[in-house]
Amino acid sequence: MTIPGSCRNILLCLVITGVSALAANAAPLGLPQTPVPEDNLQTPAKIKLGDRLFHEKRFSVDGKVSCATCHAKEKGFTDHRRVSEGHNGLLGTRNAPTVINAAYMETLFWDGREPDLEGQSRQPPVNPVEGGLPDLDALLEIIRNDPSYVKEFREVFGVDAGDITIEHYAEAIASFERTVVAGDSPFDHYLYGGDMSAMNEAAIRGFEVYTGQGRCVSCHIVEQTQALFTDNRFHNIGVGFKNIRGRVGEIAGEFLQAKNQGADVDKTVLSDPDASELGRFAVSEDINQVGAFKTPTLRNIALTAPYMHDGSQETLEDMVEFYNNGGRVNPDDPFSPFLSGGIRPLNLSDQQKADLVEFLKALTSPEIAAQVTSTEINMVE
Amino acid sequence: MSRINRRNFLKKGGALLAASSLPLSLVEVAFGKAAPENFTFAYLSDSHITHIKGKEFVRNWDRGLIRAVAEANLLTPRPDFIFYGGDIAQLGKPEEIDHGLELLGALHGDLHHVMGEHDYYLDLGEHWRKHIGPDHYSFDHKGVHFVVLNSILTYDDWTYNRWDSPMRRMQEMARLDNPNGSPFMVGDSQREWLRKDLDKVSKDTPVVVFSHSPLQKIYKGWNFWTEDAEQVQALLEPFDKVTVLYGHVHQIQYNQIGNISFNSAMATAWPWPYPASFTQKASYLPKLTVDMNRADPFFERDATGWQFIDLHTGDVDVHYVLPDNRNRTVAFDDSKGHPVDTEYQPESKRIPPQTHY
Repeated sequence: MTIPGSCRNILLCLVITGVSALAANAAPLGLPQTPVPEDNLQTPAKIKLGDRLFHEKRFSVDGKVSCATCHAKEKGFTDHRRVSEGHNGLLGTRNAPTVINAAYMETLFWDGREPDLEGQSRQPPVNPVEGGLPDLDALLEIIRNDPSYVKEFREVFGVDAGDITIEHYAEAIASFERTVVAGDSPFDHYLYGGDMSAMNEAAIRGFEVYTGQGRCVSCHIVEQTQALFTDNRFHNIGVGFKNIRGRVGEIAGEFLQAKNQGADVDKTVLSDPDASELGRFAVSEDINQVGAFKTPTLRNIALTAPYMHDGSQETLEDMVEFYNNGGRVNPDDPFSPFLSGGIRPLNLSDQQKADLVEFLKALTSPEIAAQVTSTEINMVE
Repeated sequence: MSRINRRNFLKKGGALLAASSLPLSLVEVAFGKAAPENFTFAYLSDSHITHIKGKEFVRNWDRGLIRAVAEANLLTPRPDFIFYGGDIAQLGKPEEIDHGLELLGALHGDLHHVMGEHDYYLDLGEHWRKHIGPDHYSFDHKGVHFVVLNSILTYDDWTYNRWDSPMRRMQEMARLDNPNGSPFMVGDSQREWLRKDLDKVSKDTPVVVFSHSPLQKIYKGWNFWTEDAEQVQALLEPFDKVTVLYGHVHQIQYNQIGNISFNSAMATAWPWPYPASFTQKASYLPKLTVDMNRADPFFERDATGWQFIDLHTGDVDVHYVLPDNRNRTVAFDDSKGHPVDTEYQPESKRIPPQTHY
């Protein structure tokens, strides 16, 4: 067992997570200590530098796209768009996942193609439909030629301009992102804080649906002392299947051929809508992970619409309906043949569906709600 | 949190089953004048399609077969053919066999079938044979002699004289730990056919035998058993290299008896546990039938699967595709002279057997 995400024994996962965790801050109610790797300890200066880099628009070919463009604090660290928009209005294929609590993720990106935050932040600046820079050297040149960055990197990492590497950049951003954690929701106060009035009656009934007939909790995990709302695994729940129906073999074959000839997974899946739908398969090449995507957290979900890897579900009500139909938008749509064995029609009543939505709204952290200025979404095609 | 070493992380991704890069052995051993070529085929088994009423079937078993078919269609390069290891139906009903064949119809490629007891004991295989064909035959492919046997027959008295209805007969044979049950067998006439068939085959030709039940004796109470296994093995004994591939057991098994390698197939429907006498010394028969614990019962496909097989210089490597679980490969090890589980073979990596109470 090398990856905690593959472990099914919750206690063992906790042990693995706990042993090497070095906490920077006290954990918010409902969350464990933020895991911080020993080779990238946090300092206030490093976090501040990471914050600055996170908002640096020059890391894009048109000077308009930073990390924060698609992970905007005032939008719940998302962009409220169906799929993200990169430089010069180019569209990617995937919905921007929130940075909130990404610190707890065991893999990054919807297909888990990076093992940690340090690996994640190197890809968007050089992706042709995101930052569009020719290579990471171009990014480093921007840093090395900016005296204020040179000063900060020297303070944080003790390096001269010429010795600044992409690892320094990535470590600073990861350190900042590990501060973007949020628990303390009405749900946390209800379940972990002993405040039975923290959730309303509908949300309490919705929690019953969540752990019972709704079958949500099996992947969006809630434990005795904490809730990450993810199992860190990959599942095909039927999203996006219609777009590649009948062509999966052809698309998978062409993708693997291109990959074997050196094509970059990050660039391919964000620019080719068909390849994007291969999901985890694009990374693992495992024939039984076609169309499987990482289980996202549900914390602050009411503030991070639209939903699913392709942003295809506009509202929480739509999303609940999708699951109720067993992984289909409409009850008479075909099922994906690759559908996870955990997904099946739920037969929820209208009351249960409404209660479930109420429960999901109880997962909002007050400090995140205070930051979010708009929840208007853009379902751009 | 244990950070994943970057190189290991990437390597792990690549080490998983790559449909595009079958691990074909490069070791070439000459078998007679016409050396067998390397090729692959897919092997699906035990879908147990179950009719409820009208056009309704048990969803879980349908989904298992549908998913295995969809995944098998992704194999690149394409397998030379696909084998179905039997028990396409649960109670032998025409609706079940027809629906199963309809789902299998989505497979790209030529399909061969083995008769399972769930296909047979309602109408004694009439509907199955009408729509699929003969239940025992042989063919040659790229230097390998393939034999298909119906190994789930039993004593005539049990089949013809014991039961008041065909459905009762079917249900009795479908039960595990059934004192009214009867052991499977290939039978005299089919063994005589096999003897004549093999007479024509050069002894250095690799032989692959398909049966539904194991042509070895594992556990009688669950009919993981063929009553005349030794007599069949004796007919195969003169050949340099024989592999028996069987379904029925819904679990991964492998064994070597003399020149004969044995490999089982997973079911697309549900898992069986390892019977006590297989994993522990034969001492007590289980009094209860206990389902195998899935790693996670939420995922209906966990502990089910299908397999693709690569055949190289007569040796068989079985690659198990296991949704919501870790894929496994049982490969023939030339140096040891028997199949080994490539991942779980070291003692420290083995999953301990379940204890039945």
